[in-house]
Amino acid sequence: MSIQDRVIAIIAEQAVLEPSDVTPDSTLEALGIDSLGLVESIFAIEEAFDITIPFNANEPEKSDFDISSVASIVAGIEKLVAERDQS
Amino acid sequence: MKRVVITGAGTINALGHDVPETLAAMREGRCGIGQLEFRDVERLSIQIGGQIKGFEAEGHFNRQQMTLYDRFTQFTLMAAREAIKQSGLEFSGDLANRAGVVLGTAGGGVSTWDDNYRAVYEEGKNRVHPFVVPKLMMNAAASHVSMEYNLRGPSFTVSTACASSNHAMAQAFQMVRSGMSPAMITGGSESMLCFGGIKAWEGLRVMSRDACRPFSANRNGMVQGEGAGIFVFEEYDHARARGAEIMAEVAGYAMSSDAADIVMPSKQGASRAIAGALRDGGIAADKVGYINAHGTGTAANDKTECAAVADVFGRHADRLMISSTKSMHGHLIGATGAVELLACIMALRDGIIAPTIGYEEFDPECALDVVPNEAREAKVEVALSNAFAFGGLNAVLALKRV
Repeated sequence: MSIQDRVIAIIAEQAVLEPSDVTPDSTLEALGIDSLGLVESIFAIEEAFDITIPFNANEPEKSDFDISSVASIVAGIEKLVAERDQS
Repeated sequence: MKRVVITGAGTINALGHDVPETLAAMREGRCGIGQLEFRDVERLSIQIGGQIKGFEAEGHFNRQQMTLYDRFTQFTLMAAREAIKQSGLEFSGDLANRAGVVLGTAGGGVSTWDDNYRAVYEEGKNRVHPFVVPKLMMNAAASHVSMEYNLRGPSFTVSTACASSNHAMAQAFQMVRSGMSPAMITGGSESMLCFGGIKAWEGLRVMSRDACRPFSANRNGMVQGEGAGIFVFEEYDHARARGAEIMAEVAGYAMSSDAADIVMPSKQGASRAIAGALRDGGIAADKVGYINAHGTGTAANDKTECAAVADVFGRHADRLMISSTKSMHGHLIGATGAVELLACIMALRDGIIAPTIGYEEFDPECALDVVPNEAREAKVEVALSNAFAFGGLNAVLALKRV
Protein backbone atom coordinates (compact mmCIF):
# COMPACT_ATOMS: atom_id res chain seq x y z
CA MET A 1 0.00 0.00 0.00
CA SER A 2 1.40 3.42 -0.93
CA ILE A 3 1.98 6.14 1.64
CA GLN A 4 -0.95 8.04 0.17
CA ASP A 5 -3.28 5.05 0.51
CA ARG A 6 -2.21 4.42 4.09
CA VAL A 7 -2.69 8.08 5.06
CA ILE A 8 -6.08 8.16 3.37
CA ALA A 9 -7.11 5.01 5.23
CA ILE A 10 -6.18 6.62 8.57
CA ILE A 11 -7.97 9.88 7.77
CA ALA A 12 -11.03 8.04 6.49
CA GLU A 13 -11.24 6.02 9.70
CA GLN A 14 -11.03 9.20 11.74
CA ALA A 15 -13.73 10.87 9.63
CA VAL A 16 -15.88 7.71 9.67
CA LEU A 17 -15.88 7.67 5.85
CA GLU A 18 -14.95 5.19 3.14
CA PRO A 19 -11.39 5.69 1.81
CA SER A 20 -12.95 6.31 -1.61
CA ASP A 21 -14.64 9.43 -0.18
CA VAL A 22 -11.27 10.94 0.76
CA THR A 23 -9.50 12.53 -2.20
CA PRO A 24 -6.10 14.28 -2.32
CA ASP A 25 -7.69 17.70 -2.60
CA SER A 26 -10.05 17.16 0.39
CA THR A 27 -9.48 19.45 3.34
CA LEU A 28 -9.77 18.03 6.86
CA GLU A 29 -12.46 20.56 7.62
CA ALA A 30 -14.52 19.38 4.65
CA LEU A 31 -14.14 15.81 5.91
CA GLY A 32 -15.57 16.85 9.28
CA ILE A 33 -12.34 16.36 11.26
CA ASP A 34 -12.17 18.79 14.18
CA SER A 35 -9.13 19.83 16.24
CA LEU A 36 -9.25 16.72 18.47
CA GLY A 37 -9.73 14.54 15.38
CA LEU A 38 -6.69 16.20 13.85
CA VAL A 39 -4.36 15.45 16.76
CA GLU A 40 -5.72 11.91 16.86
CA SER A 41 -5.01 11.50 13.12
CA ILE A 42 -1.49 12.83 13.55
CA PHE A 43 -0.92 10.40 16.41
CA ALA A 44 -2.18 7.50 14.29
CA ILE A 45 0.05 8.52 11.37
CA GLU A 46 3.10 8.82 13.64
CA GLU A 47 2.39 5.35 15.01
CA ALA A 48 1.87 3.86 11.55
CA PHE A 49 5.04 5.28 9.99
CA ASP A 50 7.27 5.53 13.06
CA ILE A 51 7.94 9.20 12.44
CA THR A 52 7.56 12.40 14.45
CA ILE A 53 5.44 15.07 12.81
CA PRO A 54 6.40 18.66 13.70
CA PHE A 55 2.86 19.73 14.43
CA ASN A 56 1.86 22.20 17.13
CA ALA A 57 -1.86 22.16 17.89
CA ASN A 58 -1.55 25.63 19.43
CA GLU A 59 -0.75 27.30 16.15
CA PRO A 60 -1.24 24.78 13.37
CA GLU A 61 -0.61 27.38 10.67
CA LYS A 62 2.86 28.11 12.07
CA SER A 63 3.84 24.44 12.26
CA ASP A 64 6.47 23.18 9.87
CA PHE A 65 3.88 20.77 8.51
CA ASP A 66 1.21 21.67 5.99
CA ILE A 67 -2.22 20.31 6.81
CA SER A 68 -4.19 22.36 4.31
CA SER A 69 -5.22 19.29 2.28
CA VAL A 70 -4.83 15.53 2.19
CA ALA A 71 -2.27 15.97 -0.61
CA SER A 72 -0.15 18.37 1.46
CA ILE A 73 -0.27 15.99 4.43
CA VAL A 74 0.80 13.08 2.22
CA ALA A 75 3.66 15.13 0.77
CA GLY A 76 4.83 16.08 4.26
CA ILE A 77 4.77 12.47 5.37
CA GLU A 78 6.61 11.25 2.29
CA LYS A 79 9.36 13.72 3.13
CA LEU A 80 9.51 12.58 6.78
CA VAL A 81 9.55 8.91 5.78
CA ALA A 82 12.39 9.58 3.34
CA GLU A 83 14.35 11.36 6.10
CA ARG A 84 13.67 8.48 8.45
CA ASP A 85 15.02 5.98 5.89
CA GLN A 86 18.19 8.05 5.35
CA SER A 87 19.05 8.33 9.02
CA MET B 1 -34.38 27.56 52.47
CA LYS B 2 -35.74 25.03 49.98
CA ARG B 3 -36.43 21.39 50.74
CA VAL B 4 -34.33 18.95 48.70
CA VAL B 5 -35.43 15.52 47.51
CA ILE B 6 -33.93 12.68 45.51
CA THR B 7 -35.86 11.97 42.31
CA GLY B 8 -33.44 9.70 40.50
CA ALA B 9 -30.73 7.16 41.36
CA GLY B 10 -28.32 5.16 39.26
CA THR B 11 -25.37 2.91 39.92
CA ILE B 12 -22.99 0.33 38.65
CA ASN B 13 -20.88 -1.59 41.14
CA ALA B 14 -19.82 -5.11 42.01
CA LEU B 15 -23.32 -5.94 43.30
CA GLY B 16 -25.20 -4.91 40.17
CA HIS B 17 -25.26 -2.91 36.99
CA ASP B 18 -28.21 -0.81 38.17
CA VAL B 19 -30.10 0.18 41.32
CA PRO B 20 -32.65 -2.69 41.44
CA GLU B 21 -29.90 -5.33 41.08
CA THR B 22 -27.79 -3.60 43.73
CA LEU B 23 -30.62 -3.31 46.24
CA ALA B 24 -31.63 -6.93 45.63
CA ALA B 25 -28.04 -7.99 46.41
CA MET B 26 -28.01 -5.89 49.57
CA ARG B 27 -31.31 -7.45 50.67
CA GLU B 28 -29.90 -10.91 50.09
CA GLY B 29 -26.61 -10.08 51.78
CA ARG B 30 -24.75 -11.15 48.65
CA CYS B 31 -21.01 -10.60 48.42
CA GLY B 32 -19.63 -8.93 45.28
CA ILE B 33 -16.01 -9.36 46.34
CA GLY B 34 -13.92 -11.94 44.52
CA GLN B 35 -10.70 -12.68 42.66
CA LEU B 36 -9.45 -9.62 40.75
CA GLU B 37 -8.95 -10.02 37.02
CA PHE B 38 -6.57 -7.69 35.18
CA ARG B 39 -3.07 -7.60 33.73
CA ASP B 40 -0.22 -8.49 36.13
CA VAL B 41 -2.61 -9.32 39.00
CA GLU B 42 -0.31 -12.26 39.85
CA ARG B 43 2.35 -9.75 40.97
CA LEU B 44 0.05 -8.36 43.68
CA SER B 45 -0.10 -9.64 47.23
CA ILE B 46 -3.72 -8.44 47.42
CA GLN B 47 -5.81 -10.16 44.76
CA ILE B 48 -9.41 -9.63 45.86
CA GLY B 49 -11.77 -6.76 45.24
CA GLY B 50 -15.29 -5.70 44.43
CA GLN B 51 -14.72 -5.68 40.68
CA ILE B 52 -17.52 -5.06 38.21
CA LYS B 53 -17.93 -8.15 36.03
CA GLY B 54 -19.78 -8.58 32.77
CA PHE B 55 -19.68 -4.93 31.79
CA GLU B 56 -18.62 -4.23 28.19
CA ALA B 57 -18.31 -0.52 27.53
CA GLU B 58 -18.17 -1.18 23.78
CA GLY B 59 -21.89 -1.90 23.66
CA HIS B 60 -22.80 1.39 25.34
CA PHE B 61 -20.47 3.97 23.81
CA ASN B 62 -19.30 4.68 20.27
CA ARG B 63 -15.70 4.51 19.08
CA GLN B 64 -15.00 8.22 19.53
CA GLN B 65 -16.48 8.17 23.04
CA MET B 66 -14.40 5.13 23.93
CA THR B 67 -11.19 7.02 23.12
CA LEU B 68 -12.21 9.73 25.62
CA TYR B 69 -13.81 7.74 28.44
CA ASP B 70 -11.68 6.25 31.19
CA ARG B 71 -13.44 3.49 33.12
CA PHE B 72 -14.42 5.94 35.88
CA THR B 73 -16.18 8.08 33.27
CA GLN B 74 -17.88 5.03 31.74
CA PHE B 75 -19.23 4.07 35.17
CA THR B 76 -20.41 7.63 35.77
CA LEU B 77 -22.27 7.82 32.47
CA MET B 78 -23.95 4.43 33.00
CA ALA B 79 -25.17 5.49 36.45
CA ALA B 80 -26.15 9.00 35.30
CA ARG B 81 -28.22 7.53 32.48
CA GLU B 82 -30.22 5.44 34.96
CA ALA B 83 -30.65 8.30 37.45
CA ILE B 84 -31.71 10.97 34.97
CA LYS B 85 -34.04 8.60 33.15
CA GLN B 86 -35.75 7.73 36.41
CA SER B 87 -36.10 11.40 37.35
CA GLY B 88 -37.82 12.14 34.05
CA LEU B 89 -36.03 15.50 33.86
CA GLU B 90 -35.06 16.99 30.52
CA PHE B 91 -32.68 19.88 30.63
CA SER B 92 -33.47 22.88 28.47
CA GLY B 93 -33.94 26.62 28.87
CA ASP B 94 -33.66 28.06 32.36
CA LEU B 95 -33.47 24.64 34.02
CA ALA B 96 -30.48 23.69 31.85
CA ASN B 97 -28.74 26.98 32.57
CA ARG B 98 -29.04 26.51 36.34
CA ALA B 99 -28.58 22.74 36.70
CA GLY B 100 -25.08 21.32 37.04
CA VAL B 101 -23.14 18.30 38.15
CA VAL B 102 -20.97 17.92 41.24
CA LEU B 103 -19.17 14.60 41.49
CA GLY B 104 -16.62 13.02 43.79
CA THR B 105 -13.63 10.94 42.82
CA ALA B 106 -10.41 10.24 44.67
CA GLY B 107 -8.30 9.12 41.74
CA GLY B 108 -9.98 10.08 38.47
CA GLY B 109 -8.63 8.17 35.50
CA VAL B 110 -6.28 5.88 37.40
CA SER B 111 -6.17 3.14 34.76
CA THR B 112 -5.37 5.72 32.08
CA TRP B 113 -2.35 6.85 34.12
CA ASP B 114 -1.47 3.20 34.68
CA ASP B 115 -1.73 2.13 31.02
CA ASN B 116 0.27 5.06 29.74
CA TYR B 117 2.98 4.94 32.39
CA ARG B 118 3.34 1.28 31.48
CA ALA B 119 3.66 2.20 27.80
CA VAL B 120 6.36 4.83 28.29
CA TYR B 121 8.28 3.33 31.23
CA GLU B 122 7.96 -0.43 30.84
CA GLU B 123 7.49 -0.74 27.11
CA GLY B 124 9.78 2.17 26.27
CA LYS B 125 7.31 3.89 23.95
CA ASN B 126 7.92 7.54 23.31
CA ARG B 127 4.47 8.56 22.19
CA VAL B 128 1.09 8.40 23.92
CA HIS B 129 -2.40 8.89 22.59
CA PRO B 130 -3.38 12.59 22.38
CA PHE B 131 -6.38 12.14 24.67
CA VAL B 132 -4.49 10.91 27.73
CA VAL B 133 -5.00 14.20 29.57
CA PRO B 134 -8.71 14.76 28.81
CA LYS B 135 -9.29 11.09 29.65
CA LEU B 136 -7.58 10.96 33.04
CA MET B 137 -8.48 14.40 34.43
CA MET B 138 -10.49 14.32 37.64
CA ASN B 139 -13.31 16.38 36.16
CA ALA B 140 -13.66 14.31 32.98
CA ALA B 141 -16.69 12.40 34.27
CA ALA B 142 -18.49 15.54 35.47
CA SER B 143 -17.78 17.25 32.16
CA HIS B 144 -19.10 14.36 30.09
CA VAL B 145 -22.30 14.25 32.14
CA SER B 146 -22.78 17.98 31.59
CA MET B 147 -22.17 17.55 27.85
CA GLU B 148 -24.42 14.52 27.52
CA TYR B 149 -27.39 16.09 29.32
CA ASN B 150 -26.96 19.79 28.48
CA LEU B 151 -26.25 20.82 32.08
CA ARG B 152 -24.99 24.39 31.77
CA GLY B 153 -24.91 25.51 35.41
CA PRO B 154 -22.22 24.98 38.09
CA SER B 155 -20.25 21.77 37.58
CA PHE B 156 -17.05 20.54 39.18
CA THR B 157 -15.36 17.63 40.89
CA VAL B 158 -14.61 17.26 44.57
CA SER B 159 -11.72 15.14 45.75
CA THR B 160 -11.48 14.22 49.42
CA ALA B 161 -10.32 10.60 49.24
CA CYS B 162 -12.91 8.27 50.79
CA ALA B 163 -15.33 11.12 51.54
CA SER B 164 -15.31 12.57 48.00
CA SER B 165 -18.85 11.70 47.02
CA ASN B 166 -20.29 12.70 50.40
CA HIS B 167 -18.57 16.07 50.10
CA ALA B 168 -19.86 16.33 46.51
CA MET B 169 -23.44 15.47 47.48
CA ALA B 170 -23.25 17.89 50.41
CA GLN B 171 -22.26 20.61 47.99
CA ALA B 172 -25.04 19.76 45.52
CA PHE B 173 -27.53 19.66 48.40
CA GLN B 174 -26.42 23.11 49.51
CA MET B 175 -26.85 24.48 45.98
CA VAL B 176 -30.43 23.23 45.71
CA ARG B 177 -31.34 24.15 49.27
CA SER B 178 -30.10 27.70 48.84
CA GLY B 179 -32.18 28.17 45.69
CA MET B 180 -29.11 28.47 43.48
CA SER B 181 -30.22 25.54 41.33
CA PRO B 182 -33.55 23.68 41.01
CA ALA B 183 -31.78 20.38 40.29
CA MET B 184 -28.26 19.01 40.52
CA ILE B 185 -26.71 15.76 39.36
CA THR B 186 -24.37 14.44 42.04
CA GLY B 187 -22.60 11.40 43.44
CA GLY B 188 -19.24 9.90 42.61
CA SER B 189 -17.21 7.40 40.67
CA GLU B 190 -14.01 5.44 41.17
CA SER B 191 -11.99 2.92 39.23
CA MET B 192 -8.71 2.01 40.88
CA LEU B 193 -8.80 -1.72 40.26
CA CYS B 194 -5.73 -1.99 38.08
CA PHE B 195 -2.17 -3.06 38.81
CA GLY B 196 -0.85 0.36 39.83
CA GLY B 197 -3.99 1.25 41.77
CA ILE B 198 -3.87 -1.83 43.98
CA LYS B 199 -0.06 -1.81 44.23
CA ALA B 200 -0.24 1.68 45.75
CA TRP B 201 -2.82 0.56 48.33
CA GLU B 202 -0.78 -2.54 49.21
CA GLY B 203 1.93 -0.21 50.43
CA LEU B 204 -0.25 1.02 53.28
CA ARG B 205 -0.70 -2.54 54.58
CA VAL B 206 -4.33 -2.00 55.50
CA MET B 207 -5.80 -4.34 52.88
CA SER B 208 -7.34 -7.71 53.65
CA ARG B 209 -6.29 -10.73 51.62
CA ASP B 210 -9.52 -12.63 52.18
CA ALA B 211 -12.62 -10.57 53.09
CA CYS B 212 -14.00 -7.29 54.37
CA ARG B 213 -15.54 -7.96 57.82
CA PRO B 214 -16.47 -4.61 59.36
CA PHE B 215 -17.04 -4.57 63.15
CA SER B 216 -16.19 -8.28 63.46
CA ALA B 217 -13.41 -8.96 65.99
CA ASN B 218 -11.50 -11.02 63.43
CA ARG B 219 -11.52 -8.31 60.74
CA ASN B 220 -8.21 -7.78 59.00
CA GLY B 221 -8.55 -4.79 56.72
CA MET B 222 -10.32 -3.18 53.84
CA VAL B 223 -11.13 -4.48 50.37
CA GLN B 224 -11.37 -2.17 47.39
CA GLY B 225 -14.34 -1.87 45.09
CA GLU B 226 -15.14 0.15 41.99
CA GLY B 227 -18.14 1.78 40.38
CA ALA B 228 -20.35 4.82 40.54
CA GLY B 229 -23.46 6.12 42.24
CA ILE B 230 -25.31 9.08 40.74
CA PHE B 231 -28.38 10.92 42.02
CA VAL B 232 -30.72 13.67 40.99
CA PHE B 233 -31.17 16.16 43.84
CA GLU B 234 -34.18 18.31 43.14
CA GLU B 235 -35.99 21.13 44.85
CA TYR B 236 -39.10 19.69 46.52
CA ASP B 237 -41.70 22.02 44.97
CA HIS B 238 -40.10 21.59 41.55
CA ALA B 239 -40.39 17.82 41.90
CA ARG B 240 -43.96 17.97 43.23
CA ALA B 241 -45.10 20.33 40.49
CA ARG B 242 -44.15 17.84 37.80
CA GLY B 243 -45.39 14.81 39.72
CA ALA B 244 -41.98 13.20 40.08
CA GLU B 245 -41.52 10.11 42.23
CA ILE B 246 -39.65 11.11 45.39
CA MET B 247 -37.27 8.50 46.80
CA ALA B 248 -36.21 10.34 49.97
CA GLU B 249 -35.50 13.80 51.31
CA VAL B 250 -32.00 15.07 51.92
CA ALA B 251 -32.49 16.80 55.24
CA GLY B 252 -29.07 17.90 56.44
CA TYR B 253 -25.33 17.49 56.28
CA ALA B 254 -22.14 18.46 58.00
CA MET B 255 -18.48 18.44 57.16
CA SER B 256 -15.59 18.51 59.61
CA SER B 257 -11.83 18.18 59.59
CA ASP B 258 -9.85 16.26 62.21
CA ALA B 259 -6.87 18.60 61.81
CA ALA B 260 -4.82 15.80 63.35
CA ASP B 261 -3.36 12.97 61.29
CA ILE B 262 -3.06 12.19 57.59
CA VAL B 263 -4.36 8.61 57.94
CA MET B 264 -5.56 7.90 61.50
CA PRO B 265 -9.21 8.84 62.10
CA SER B 266 -10.36 10.90 65.06
CA LYS B 267 -13.38 10.28 67.24
CA GLN B 268 -13.86 14.01 67.78
CA GLY B 269 -13.82 14.79 64.06
CA ALA B 270 -16.31 12.02 63.31
CA SER B 271 -18.57 13.01 66.23
CA ARG B 272 -18.63 16.63 65.14
CA ALA B 273 -19.68 15.63 61.63
CA ILE B 274 -22.46 13.32 62.83
CA ALA B 275 -23.79 15.77 65.41
CA GLY B 276 -23.47 18.59 62.89
CA ALA B 277 -25.62 16.78 60.33
CA LEU B 278 -28.37 16.29 62.92
CA ARG B 279 -28.22 19.94 63.94
CA ASP B 280 -28.22 21.11 60.32
CA GLY B 281 -31.31 19.04 59.54
CA GLY B 282 -33.09 19.95 62.78
CA ILE B 283 -33.22 16.24 63.60
CA ALA B 284 -33.53 14.88 67.14
CA ALA B 285 -30.92 12.18 67.74
CA ASP B 286 -33.54 9.61 68.74
CA LYS B 287 -35.23 9.90 65.33
CA VAL B 288 -32.24 8.24 63.64
CA GLY B 289 -33.04 4.59 62.94
CA TYR B 290 -30.19 3.62 60.65
CA ILE B 291 -26.63 4.66 59.96
CA ASN B 292 -24.75 3.47 56.91
CA ALA B 293 -21.33 3.31 58.49
CA HIS B 294 -18.06 4.24 56.92
CA GLY B 295 -17.19 0.76 58.28
CA THR B 296 -14.04 0.00 56.32
CA GLY B 297 -13.11 -3.16 58.20
CA THR B 298 -9.88 -1.67 59.54
CA ALA B 299 -9.25 -1.67 63.28
CA ALA B 300 -8.69 2.08 63.31
CA ASN B 301 -11.89 3.06 61.54
CA ASP B 302 -14.36 0.66 63.10
CA LYS B 303 -13.40 1.34 66.71
CA THR B 304 -13.28 5.09 66.21
CA GLU B 305 -16.57 5.17 64.33
CA CYS B 306 -18.42 3.12 66.96
CA ALA B 307 -17.04 5.32 69.72
CA ALA B 308 -18.15 8.45 67.84
CA VAL B 309 -21.67 7.05 67.37
CA ALA B 310 -21.85 6.14 71.06
CA ASP B 311 -20.74 9.65 71.95
CA VAL B 312 -23.27 11.44 69.80
CA PHE B 313 -26.29 9.20 70.48
CA GLY B 314 -25.73 8.19 74.08
CA ARG B 315 -28.29 5.55 75.10
CA HIS B 316 -29.98 5.74 71.71
CA ALA B 317 -26.79 4.29 70.15
CA ASP B 318 -27.94 0.87 71.41
CA ARG B 319 -31.32 1.21 69.73
CA LEU B 320 -30.30 2.31 66.25
CA MET B 321 -28.95 0.03 63.52
CA ILE B 322 -25.57 0.61 61.90
CA SER B 323 -24.26 -1.49 59.05
CA SER B 324 -21.39 -1.42 56.60
CA THR B 325 -22.30 -2.42 53.07
CA LYS B 326 -18.59 -2.30 52.18
CA SER B 327 -18.65 -5.92 53.28
CA MET B 328 -20.56 -6.60 50.05
CA HIS B 329 -19.43 -4.06 47.42
CA GLY B 330 -16.01 -3.24 48.84
CA HIS B 331 -14.66 0.23 49.49
CA LEU B 332 -15.36 2.35 46.43
CA ILE B 333 -13.05 5.11 47.78
CA GLY B 334 -14.28 8.35 46.19
CA ALA B 335 -17.55 6.76 45.07
CA THR B 336 -18.29 4.89 48.24
CA GLY B 337 -20.68 7.36 49.89
CA ALA B 338 -22.74 7.51 46.70
CA VAL B 339 -23.27 3.75 46.42
CA GLU B 340 -23.87 3.56 50.17
CA LEU B 341 -26.56 6.23 49.98
CA LEU B 342 -28.60 3.59 48.16
CA ALA B 343 -28.70 1.56 51.38
CA CYS B 344 -30.07 4.62 53.20
CA ILE B 345 -32.75 5.07 50.53
CA MET B 346 -33.68 1.38 50.81
CA ALA B 347 -34.00 1.72 54.60
CA LEU B 348 -36.26 4.77 54.37
CA ARG B 349 -38.35 3.90 51.32
CA ASP B 350 -38.53 0.11 51.47
CA GLY B 351 -38.06 -0.45 55.19
CA ILE B 352 -35.19 -2.88 54.60
CA ILE B 353 -31.88 -2.54 56.39
CA ALA B 354 -28.86 -3.82 54.49
CA PRO B 355 -26.67 -6.10 56.59
CA THR B 356 -22.98 -6.13 57.49
CA ILE B 357 -21.99 -9.47 55.99
CA GLY B 358 -18.94 -11.53 56.92
CA TYR B 359 -19.61 -10.80 60.58
CA GLU B 360 -18.17 -13.65 62.65
CA GLU B 361 -17.03 -12.53 66.09
CA PHE B 362 -18.32 -9.96 68.56
CA ASP B 363 -15.93 -7.10 69.26
CA PRO B 364 -16.55 -5.28 72.55
CA GLU B 365 -15.14 -2.13 70.98
CA CYS B 366 -17.86 -2.24 68.31
CA ALA B 367 -20.77 -3.14 70.57
CA LEU B 368 -23.58 -1.70 68.45
CA ASP B 369 -26.35 -3.36 66.44
CA VAL B 370 -24.38 -3.85 63.22
CA VAL B 371 -27.18 -5.85 61.52
CA PRO B 372 -24.94 -8.93 61.21
CA ASN B 373 -25.16 -11.06 58.07
CA GLU B 374 -28.88 -10.79 57.33
CA ALA B 375 -31.01 -7.89 56.15
CA ARG B 376 -33.79 -6.81 58.45
CA GLU B 377 -37.18 -5.15 58.07
CA ALA B 378 -37.68 -1.96 60.06
CA LYS B 379 -39.48 1.33 59.72
CA VAL B 380 -36.93 4.12 59.64
CA GLU B 381 -37.60 7.88 59.75
CA VAL B 382 -34.07 9.19 59.41
CA ALA B 383 -30.91 7.57 58.05
CA LEU B 384 -27.36 8.88 58.14
CA SER B 385 -24.50 8.12 55.78
CA ASN B 386 -21.00 8.48 57.22
CA ALA B 387 -17.77 9.08 55.34
CA PHE B 388 -14.48 9.67 57.12
CA ALA B 389 -11.57 10.13 54.75
CA PHE B 390 -7.82 9.86 54.86
CA GLY B 391 -6.57 13.31 55.62
CA GLY B 392 -9.18 13.63 58.37
CA LEU B 393 -11.90 15.07 56.16
CA ASN B 394 -15.38 13.99 57.19
CA ALA B 395 -18.83 14.41 55.63
CA VAL B 396 -22.13 13.04 56.92
CA LEU B 397 -25.48 13.25 55.16
CA ALA B 398 -28.91 12.93 56.79
CA LEU B 399 -31.83 11.54 54.79
CA LYS B 400 -35.50 11.51 55.78
CA ARG B 401 -38.42 9.35 54.70
CA VAL B 402 -40.94 11.25 52.57
